[in-house]
Amino acid sequence: MAIKTVINAAGRRVPLKINGQSAVPFKGVGKHWPEGTKHSPPVPTCSDYPCDGNKVVRSLEEALRKCGLRNGMTISTHHHLRDGDLISNRIFELASAMGVKDLVWFPSASFPCNDPVINYLDDGTINRIEGSMNGPLGRYVSEGKMKGTAVLRSHGGRVQAIQDGEVKIDIAVLVAPSADSFGNARGTGGSSACGVIGYAKADSMYASKVIVVTDNLVDFPCFPMEIEGNYVDYVVVVDKIGVPEKIVSGTTQVTKSPDRLLIAELTASFLEKSGILKDGVTIQAGAGGTSLAIAVFVHEILKQKDWKAKFGFGGSTKYMINMLEEGQMNYILDAQAFDLDAVRSVEKNPNHIPYPVFNAYNYHSKGNLTSMMDIMILGATEIDLNFNGNVVTHSDGYLLHGIGGWQNCLHARNVIIPVPLFRDRIPVIVDQVTTLCGPGELIDVIITERGIAINPLRKDLIKSVKGSGLPVRTIKELKEEAERICGKPQKARFEEDIVAAIKWVDGTVIDVVRKIKTG
Amino acid sequence: MKRRIAAAGSAGPKVRSDCEITLELKSKGGIVFDLTSKVEALYGRSIKELCYEILKSFDIRNADVRINDSGALAFVIAARLEAAIKKLINSDLEYLPEFIKENRYSTTAGRFRFSRLYLPGNTPGLMINAGLHSADAIILDLEDSVSPEKKDEARILVRNALRQVNFYGAERMVRINQGDRGLIDLHFVIPHNVNLILVPKCENHDQIKIIDSEISAIRKKERIRNTVFLMPIIESALGIENSFDIAKASENVVALAIGLEDYTADLGVPRTREGMESLYARTRLVVAAKAAGIQPIDSVFSDVSEMEALKQYVLASRALGFEGMGCIHPRQISVINEGFAPDAQEIEKAKRIVCAFEDATRNGLGVVALGSKMIDPPVVKRAQKTIELAVKLGKLPLQMNK
Repeated sequence: MAIKTVINAAGRRVPLKINGQSAVPFKGVGKHWPEGTKHSPPVPTCSDYPCDGNKVVRSLEEALRKCGLRNGMTISTHHHLRDGDLISNRIFELASAMGVKDLVWFPSASFPCNDPVINYLDDGTINRIEGSMNGPLGRYVSEGKMKGTAVLRSHGGRVQAIQDGEVKIDIAVLVAPSADSFGNARGTGGSSACGVIGYAKADSMYASKVIVVTDNLVDFPCFPMEIEGNYVDYVVVVDKIGVPEKIVSGTTQVTKSPDRLLIAELTASFLEKSGILKDGVTIQAGAGGTSLAIAVFVHEILKQKDWKAKFGFGGSTKYMINMLEEGQMNYILDAQAFDLDAVRSVEKNPNHIPYPVFNAYNYHSKGNLTSMMDIMILGATEIDLNFNGNVVTHSDGYLLHGIGGWQNCLHARNVIIPVPLFRDRIPVIVDQVTTLCGPGELIDVIITERGIAINPLRKDLIKSVKGSGLPVRTIKELKEEAERICGKPQKARFEEDIVAAIKWVDGTVIDVVRKIKTG
Repeated sequence: MKRRIAAAGSAGPKVRSDCEITLELKSKGGIVFDLTSKVEALYGRSIKELCYEILKSFDIRNADVRINDSGALAFVIAARLEAAIKKLINSDLEYLPEFIKENRYSTTAGRFRFSRLYLPGNTPGLMINAGLHSADAIILDLEDSVSPEKKDEARILVRNALRQVNFYGAERMVRINQGDRGLIDLHFVIPHNVNLILVPKCENHDQIKIIDSEISAIRKKERIRNTVFLMPIIESALGIENSFDIAKASENVVALAIGLEDYTADLGVPRTREGMESLYARTRLVVAAKAAGIQPIDSVFSDVSEMEALKQYVLASRALGFEGMGCIHPRQISVINEGFAPDAQEIEKAKRIVCAFEDATRNGLGVVALGSKMIDPPVVKRAQKTIELAVKLGKLPLQMNK
């Protein structure tokens, strides 16, 4: 049975139904108005819960049984334990043993440690994943092996889908570095501290059932609580929720690659010479090696000019903490802590404020943090001649990354994408992105080691760096240089079958990923 | 029996932008490819087409070609296949990739050579972006950084790199091997617009003369107009003793460089950070070069993580009279470039001296004074040199020079 497809506003062919659920094609940036009311989970009553507040049950299995785990349910998890997560796989191991089938796994992101869930996709325990897919999981999906269709959403799109009832979470299993028996939980303390657990907030509020899993049961009240016990059904205490050294990097490291340092230096120089880096600036940079180097260079400029950033938005790293502690940044608002310095800072520094992704990224709310940011540093696997960006697939067509907060962050005033012109012979700047994740109208500047391309829509930026000596070129020139060096790549080949849908921040479908043609 | 199978290039988990090609000649069956590549979906077809064309140009019709590729660019793949072919058949044929027009520049004897970035001649991954780091020169090294069994394939790779890699205006240098091997190296590189040849372990002026005449023979044969300069590297006690002679061996010698690792080994003493053991050699070389009217160039600084120590080294080196040094990592380039250039204070002082001199000349005064201080003619000359340097470096507007 063929699924009906249409061409959306971005010119991409997308289905009108995904996993049996109707889907709205992308209509353009800011062109889709939602209707109706927010989703509500069932009304609970205190009479179902122990008066002494002690919700601890003996095991995760018991908690899952008490939550009524059954075929077809949607199970959500968060990714704050990153590659050290020991619980997500365990859920499906238990479900498989219980003979439960066709679950939907709804993680806020997946990591290499989650590769074993492939076993539970194979044995039918899991029907599909709605969340990010990396490495072997991405490959599995791209080769058409997953039963259902994957749905990829940004961090903000995920909470939007939860809030709007597009995804109804049956059971949220939320790991917490510290929790009390009532279910209050936070990201600090214990041996698995990850700093903040803001990604779990929406899940706790909107899921029908909520299980908190901790390896550090503290006396009531677990304070300051990021997850409130009033939303929690059961608390499970285990020996270990995570592998500490894989939860946060001991230290995140600035890139040592001279080529990446060059890109970082050029980026900092662009920010300064264009005038977007200024006193009172608001800035967000990621945790990749190049972004960290940019943070270091930006810090230098702020110091030199005696400027202060009004606030920075995390994921936080020690380089951002340095700005905060040395007085070049007034506040850090933070959705996740990437290294030990960041975890320590969020525990101690009152100006380092946990900030749920709900408030930062959810497009269906009364304003977002991202549109208040002056400078947004992002990455991409591909950028095309129209400045459209791809972050989920590579040019060979394989699904390899999640969207993360990328789409949400595109709403910042100045979106800057520092990328190498090519990676191991694969050009980053291409005629047309393999998968469209972000419309070019929101992407302002591409900075490569061989030149800077400014979106023609940003006449102001183009003017601001005239005569600055910066190597400004057209995106076409950069693409041609990449092809001159690498050779023109042939196109990846796909089957008709759709293996994944890419949602835009408003829940509409901006593109799909098709099955790789092999042989 | 004649060899039927040979390999060239590198593969392995840490190798990037290179490939290993194993070629087995067959008597029938046509060309059979076995390609493993992470870019197969994007370049599989073009890799095979390229290899097919190269094999055809060497008249090879039947062969098994195993390619283990980690994102090698076409010029690298071509070099690897040609090297494998030449291990199996005797041929003077060359498969030359296009010579990109950006690489058609020449240089001058007196240009700055503050920083020269060494690139191992058999490591393509380091070549591709090398020109981006603002070194005055790029050295494609065929000598010490290439292991003996890889020497032949490195020549072909370096040749292709000279044709295909844009070094963005950096002076294009090649360090050849010693002795006869070095003379053969010249035939692989001189026809492809090399600006300067580094001559390692140079001990007497005959070595330079032989190389110089070999180069002019090649230039004549290939009708090359651009001059090829020479930079002998002095790396022994004997070389130091003969340094002035070496500097004067040919008008194409534009600089003398010192190699301290080998020099200290020759003396049988360890190389220290303070460098007292080589002070004589370094100052002697500076004097020889200056006497010959060419640039004295210092040895490389081998600890790439010690940026502050490098900075101190550069300042000391410049104080001795050196006008540049080698870099073994792109990170060293900016420190070295800044270190050898005059700083703002020096330029300001030189400006005042030159202005005072010009005032004095205009007013017909024989004596130049700055405030209450008399300025000797050599001081004026040095100030003029500083101004000249500052103008060339873009640290002063052109009018200052007048």
